[in-house]
Parts: sequence; structure tokens; C-alpha cells
Amino acid sequence: MLTRKKAEEIFTQVLKYSTAEETEAIIGSTSYSLTRFANNIIHQNVAEEGVSVSVRAVVDHRTARASTNKLDEASIREVCEAALALARTQPPDPGLLGMPGPQTFRSVDRFHPGTANLSPQARAEMVKKVVARAEKDHLTAAGILSSGSVASGVFNSRGLGAFHEETSSEFSVTMLGETSSGWAKAGSPNCESLDPELLADRAARKALDSHDPKEVPPSKYTVILEPSAVLDLLGFLFFDFGGLAVHEQRSCLTGRVGQKLFGDNIQVRDDVFHPLQAGAPFDGEGIPRQRVILVERGVVKGVVHARRTAQLMKTQPTGHGFPLPNDIGEVPMNIVMEGNKASVEDMIRSTERGLLVTRLWYIREVDPFQKILTGMTRDGTFWVEDGKIQYGVRNLRFNQSVIEMLNHVEMLGTPQRTAGEESFEMVVPAMKVRDFSFSSLTKF
Amino acid sequence: MNSLAQRALDTATAKGAGYADVRVLDIRQRYLSTRNGRASEVRESQSCGLGVRVIADGAWGFASTDDLTQGGVDRSAAQAVAIARASALCKKQEAILAPEEKVVDRWVAACRIDPFSVPVSSCLDLMLKVDAEIRAVAGITLSECSMDFRRIEQLFVSSLGSEIYQLKTQTGAGFVATSFQNNEIQRRSFPNSFGGQHQTRGYELVEEMDLVGNARRIAEQAVALHKADQCPSGVRDIILGSSQLGLQIHESIGHPIELDRVLGTEANFAGMSFLTIEKLNNLRYGSEIVNAVADATVAHGPGLGTFAYDDEGVPAQCTPIIKDGQFVGYLTSRETAAAVGQARSSGAMRAESWNRIPIIRMTNVSVLPGKGSLAELIASTDDAIYFETNRSWSIDDRRYNFQFGTEFGWEIKNGKIGRMLKNPTYAGITTEFWNSCDAICGPEEWVLWGTPNCGKGQPMQTMGTGHGASPARFRKVQVGVAYAG
Repeated sequence: MLTRKKAEEIFTQVLKYSTAEETEAIIGSTSYSLTRFANNIIHQNVAEEGVSVSVRAVVDHRTARASTNKLDEASIREVCEAALALARTQPPDPGLLGMPGPQTFRSVDRFHPGTANLSPQARAEMVKKVVARAEKDHLTAAGILSSGSVASGVFNSRGLGAFHEETSSEFSVTMLGETSSGWAKAGSPNCESLDPELLADRAARKALDSHDPKEVPPSKYTVILEPSAVLDLLGFLFFDFGGLAVHEQRSCLTGRVGQKLFGDNIQVRDDVFHPLQAGAPFDGEGIPRQRVILVERGVVKGVVHARRTAQLMKTQPTGHGFPLPNDIGEVPMNIVMEGNKASVEDMIRSTERGLLVTRLWYIREVDPFQKILTGMTRDGTFWVEDGKIQYGVRNLRFNQSVIEMLNHVEMLGTPQRTAGEESFEMVVPAMKVRDFSFSSLTKF
Repeated sequence: MNSLAQRALDTATAKGAGYADVRVLDIRQRYLSTRNGRASEVRESQSCGLGVRVIADGAWGFASTDDLTQGGVDRSAAQAVAIARASALCKKQEAILAPEEKVVDRWVAACRIDPFSVPVSSCLDLMLKVDAEIRAVAGITLSECSMDFRRIEQLFVSSLGSEIYQLKTQTGAGFVATSFQNNEIQRRSFPNSFGGQHQTRGYELVEEMDLVGNARRIAEQAVALHKADQCPSGVRDIILGSSQLGLQIHESIGHPIELDRVLGTEANFAGMSFLTIEKLNNLRYGSEIVNAVADATVAHGPGLGTFAYDDEGVPAQCTPIIKDGQFVGYLTSRETAAAVGQARSSGAMRAESWNRIPIIRMTNVSVLPGKGSLAELIASTDDAIYFETNRSWSIDDRRYNFQFGTEFGWEIKNGKIGRMLKNPTYAGITTEFWNSCDAICGPEEWVLWGTPNCGKGQPMQTMGTGHGASPARFRKVQVGVAYAG
């Protein structure tokens, strides 16, 4: 595992060999393991370790990046030379900013030694609990349990130094029955907060309760979206909250910042310091991340800005930029959506006719400005009538504007750290939404 | 590379592995992009490392490292064996592999112009010319152009005694013209969306694309789309352009035929497949004119799925997938082939890098050409919608229900191209769709497209796949449904 001291030593070497006007290095290490199971056995079980030194050179208003995973002196020299040579190939860019100087960071503690050192035997024992739950009801389990640690530092020749280390873990469980399936997933910087038996039981109950699914005709329905379904839909919206996306008019917020775009009950912020969040407190240039209000009472209050975008848009950087140079600009990736106190059970009880959706799958953007998304329900979709879950239903395809959806939210649950398969993890609530549009059925 | 790989193999074997293979990779990548008149992203990377895959106590383990010292390699090999023993705590039976012969070979993919030898300044000059042509069109709000070069050098050794060296160069390039007007974003890409065209070739691919010559025309289409009519909703005959058919093949043939999905090992993430074992040789997948292969051989062309040996050391093969409409073959590995009683793997195990385990991936999954030109196909069509260049794609986790959108459409009436249509979408059920295919254009229209961004596996692996396709017609397909709500 890379320490700050070791990273600083590597950066000293980088400075020794770099002849650029300004030099930045992102120095990182990864140690990651993943146990994968299916058909009630472990069928893949992997581990990786690696380091990277990524050098950005600036010369005559030009910049480029070169990266290597070799730490010997010759390789460090070569990567410095490569970054500078690449920078020199370009026409000058008058808008390129000089590198930032030293910054002050609020630290976050997201490193858990027990997660960093979780052994393959311990992971196997946790998986065995899931398999035991599956076999109790003649189900078949599949999923992953991962754990690992990353360390990453940003250093530059103007004296900036930022370093962060954290651990991560994920447990995802699918239970397959003869005619149905169920799913549950959780992620945390601390693997001790993952409960394999709870996840297994939740997935198993979904599979058992949705057996022999019936068809419901595609139409507009009230839907109860569990947090993972909410997460995966919202994940396609927040790339539009980057300042460069707005500036380049490729965002659905073009001309809409400051307008009321969503319902009164929609409030969203980006907040890396939230206790349920993960990630480093600085961005790809080493700028401290700020808390940013994105949506307040349905009004788009702000977007995030890297330094360059902030200058273009005459505002202040928020610390959300990707490492330079890049095509994207910036994205808020520590989304916290406010909720209310309704439970999923409350939402079910209040629903006359509708669908309960566990999870969505293969979501893609159909229309970039209306923000129409398409995708499928998966692993536990239920018909709700007269305040009760009635039966499982075959999976449906939706075509739904997520902007319209956020104007139709009738109930919100308690926000929770949520993991999905289509988007980065967020803190989001369950939602009850009216008039959610389904266009077709599939065969299972 | 050799001594490190052999050391890892020896260590794994000494630690108790019954089978072991080792891949040592050195991957160099250069990515260049321009954006509204300036160089945007100019970067290069090099990544070297080693991955050890073993069977010990009848179960699998894999470990990888970029610490290519003797100590680092020894640790990684020992770790792979320890992980396999942990896997054995949760197994039902021994891992069994279909037999394979020892191979000692060396293969270098054809590459006429090494893209890393082309000055970056020349690449940027070309991209900025494209950019200027795009931005010369009134109404364009964003101009993007990119080039992506990779050189992948790999040594594979296994406890069978195999020792295989392969060197591949991959090149990709393309541009996108975006226009925002009146609360609508329209985009046109060339020669394909999501990074353009990609093949296992050198810079000659870029030279053949005529990016500059096509830039203004494509940009004008992007702006013209604002005034085009909305694609109607209903049941219509459709013609898919070559690149869109390539993605249709990828999603609705390529993924369902992966035998690991069929056997359930992707159930948690990428999903399973409707092509359950009893359907092999017993399912009419498409109409009689539909013939598809999974072909990794050089003879098929320089696709992103072209190689000499897969990452289990199995020689590249051409596997019939659909023959005269009948489903006849899967993409397999040594383990999955054995599981279903097949004598040999079809050679489809591929890993993204040294730190990823090989899994079943598409090679070049292609629909073989029929006959006639696109002009002849259009001339023979009374009433249809032509779909060109993918914009959105989605399919359920067993690969039945799909929906695609394209950037652009034409209405075809009485054998002639009519009005332009915006926001075209179509949807269907896989086998119903392929059975509605009544015309496939000939070899003169066939292009081996590269899909560089196929995601599968946990941890996620991004892989390049190839898809040969020529334009094809399908009868009575649901169109426009995405905007009908």
C-alpha cells in the first residue's frame, strides 16, 4: 500500500527528471480482491495489486499527460519526458490555466484495516452463508464479494500536495428460482457493515415472492422504486450537472440553471463529507471538494466546476474536476438526495394500483435534452394493488423522462447509501412516482 | 517476459497448482482528442504486469501484480494458489477443462503504419482540420474528434507447456458534430458513434476514413435534424445501416451465445441468456438468409476480435453460430466446453489486461453478407424507415427484449429515399426480429466494425469486439415507441 511518504518520494523523483515549466503527478496504488460465485459455488476468485505514476507537463500554454506503472528511475524519467514531448506537439491553448498552489483540505477517514486485509478465506466463509440461504429454499445464488484499498495523491511543482487513502467493499447477491429472481446489494468503506445473511435473505425473498410472474400490460403506472432503482436512473442525470457540459450545450440543463425543473420535494446536493459517502476530499487537480447545492425545492441551483470551467463561466471552482487534460470537465459524484420518512412498506400501503421495482437494468439515454431513458426492470418486479403486493410480474421496458419523473414524486423514503449496477454509489431514498411509462414486456 | 512468466508458472506448480497459466502483458495506449478548435485530451500510458491463473484443490484462483521483480512474481503465484484453496471451501465439483494441445508460437498482427510512429502533431493537425470543417457549419455547437491507439504485447505460458507470444496494434478514430437548438440536442457521428471505427490495424485505417472529406456533410446533417420530422410510431419495415446492424448483432446474437451466461455464471451482473442448452441445433434463430459466425481468424479480417490464440492458449477459430437461420454454436471456454460435453473450446476466452482473468468474450461475431447493394435494396423497398448510426441501445438480461435508437433516419417510399427523420427508435424480441429479416446486402456493403467498449465481468472488463455487417431489411418492426409515451 502506497503511503504519503512514499508518494512524496516518487514525486521528488518526478521533479528531478521533469524539465517542464510546471509538473503535476498523480501517484496511486490499488489492492483489490473479488470473490465471485454462481450456481452455489465460487467460480472466480481474483486479486490484483498495482501502482501508477501519471505525470502532467505544462509548457508554453500546452499540457499533456503520460502514465506508467513502473517505479524504477529510468521509467520515471521516461514518463516525464513523454509528458513533455506530448505537450510540445500541440498548438498553444490560451485558456490553459497554470497549476494551483498549496490547498487546505478537510480530511475524511475512510480507511478500515479489516477491509483492506480481508482474506480470501474470510470472503469464502461469507459467501458460504449466502449459499446456505439459497439452498434452504432450493434457490441458486450468484454474486460477488469484493474488498480492497486505494491510495492516491496529487502533487505539483507549485507545492500542492493532496493525499487520500480509503477502503471499499461490495456484496451483491442474486437468487434464482425456477421462474423468478431476486437481488440485493450493499457497499461500504467498511466490510464489517455488510451483512451477508441479510442481503441473502432479502434477495431470496424477492425470488420466492415473484415466482411464476404474471403479465401486466405496458402502460403508465405508479411505481415504487427501491433505492437501487432510483440510483441507477439518477446516475444518468448528474453528468449533466457539470459546468463544461452546460457551457458546451450538451447538458439537459442548458438554459435551465436557475429554473424550476423538478417537483418541490426534490432536493439534491453533492457532499463528499456526508457520513454515508466515499471518495477523496479533492479533485483531479488537487482542488478541495466543496459541498454544492444542485437542486433546492425543484430549482436547479447550481452545477459543479473544475478550475478552467469556473473561469469560463466566471465563477469559483468547486473541486469536482477530473485529472487534466480531459474531455468531460467535471461531474458531481457524491450525490446526496434528501428524502422523507416513508418506508417502502408505507408506499405499498398507500398504492391502489402500481408496480414495485427492485432494480433496473441496461439503462441508456434515448434523448439527451428531454432526458428520456430506456431500460428494463430486473430481479423482482411486483404488482401492487389495494395497498398490498399481489404477485410478481414479468419484466417490463420503460421509456421515461427522468425530468418528468422528478416532477411526479409522491413519496420519498429515508436516504441511504445505495449501490446499483449502472451508476456510482449515492445516498438516495426510495421513491413513489406516478405515471411512470412502460412500453413493452419481455418473456420472463 | 519469458523468464518471469516461467518463474510464476514454476512457483504456482510448486505451491500445488494442478493447472496454471501465466500472461505477461505490456500495453501502450495513446489517446488524442480535439474539441471546438483546440487540443483537448492528449495522453499516453504504459502498463506492464503479470496475471497467474491456477486450479488448486479443484478450484480457481487468480492473482496479478505489476511488481515484476522475482519476489513480486513469486508472491503473486503463491497468492493465486492460496486464493484457489479458498475457492475450494465453496465448491461442488472439481474444475474440469476440455483438452487442448501444447502450442509454441509467435504471432504479430498486420500493421502497415505503426500509429505510435505517426507524429502526434500530424494527428492533431488532421483532427483540427476536421474540427474546422465541422465548425464551419452554422448551428454546430460542439465539435469533437478523437484517435485511440493501442499496442498490446502478450506472452502466455501454461503448465501444458504452451508458450505463445502475440503482438497486436489497434487503431480507432472518429468525430462527432453536435447541435443544440430550440431545446433539442442533435448529434451526428462518423464513421460510427462512440469513438468511430476501430480495428486491429495501424494508422492506415485513419488514412482510409477520409475524416476531413466527410466532416462538413455530417455536420450539416446534425443541424438539419432539428428541422426533420419526428420518426413516426407504429409497425413498419425497416432497413438498418451497416454499423447499426453491427451493434444489433453484438447485443442480440453476440452476448446470448456466450456459454458462461447460459450456464449462469454471469447471473448477478451481465445477465443470462435465453439460448439454453436444449436450443442448440433446435432453434430457428432467424430467417433462412441469416448466417452468423464467431470468427477470430485473420481470414475474417482485422477486427477487434482477431487474434491467433485466445487467453487460454486455444487457437483462433471460425465457429458457425447461425446456419441458414438455425442456431448451431456457442462461444465457449475450455471449462464451459467440458461442462456441456463439447470436445474443445471455441477459443473465446479473453482478458482486458494483465490484472483481469480471462472470461468468455465475443471475438468477431458477424452476419455473413447476402447479395446486392444498399441502393438496390432501397430500390426494392416500397415503404420503410432507414436507421443509421447508433444513439442508444438496451436489451434485457436474457437478451430477448431490445430497443435501439439511431442518430438519423430516412423514410423510404416507392424505392426512393424520402424525408429525413429525427430521433428514430425501434424495438423487438430477438428471435422474432431476426426471423423477420428478408434481405441482407452483399459483400460490397459489408464492413467489419469495431465495438471498443463492451463491458462484462466482475470486476468489470472492457473489451473490443468485431462485427461484420452489411445493411439489412426487417419486416413489420415496432418503431418510434421510445417517444410515444
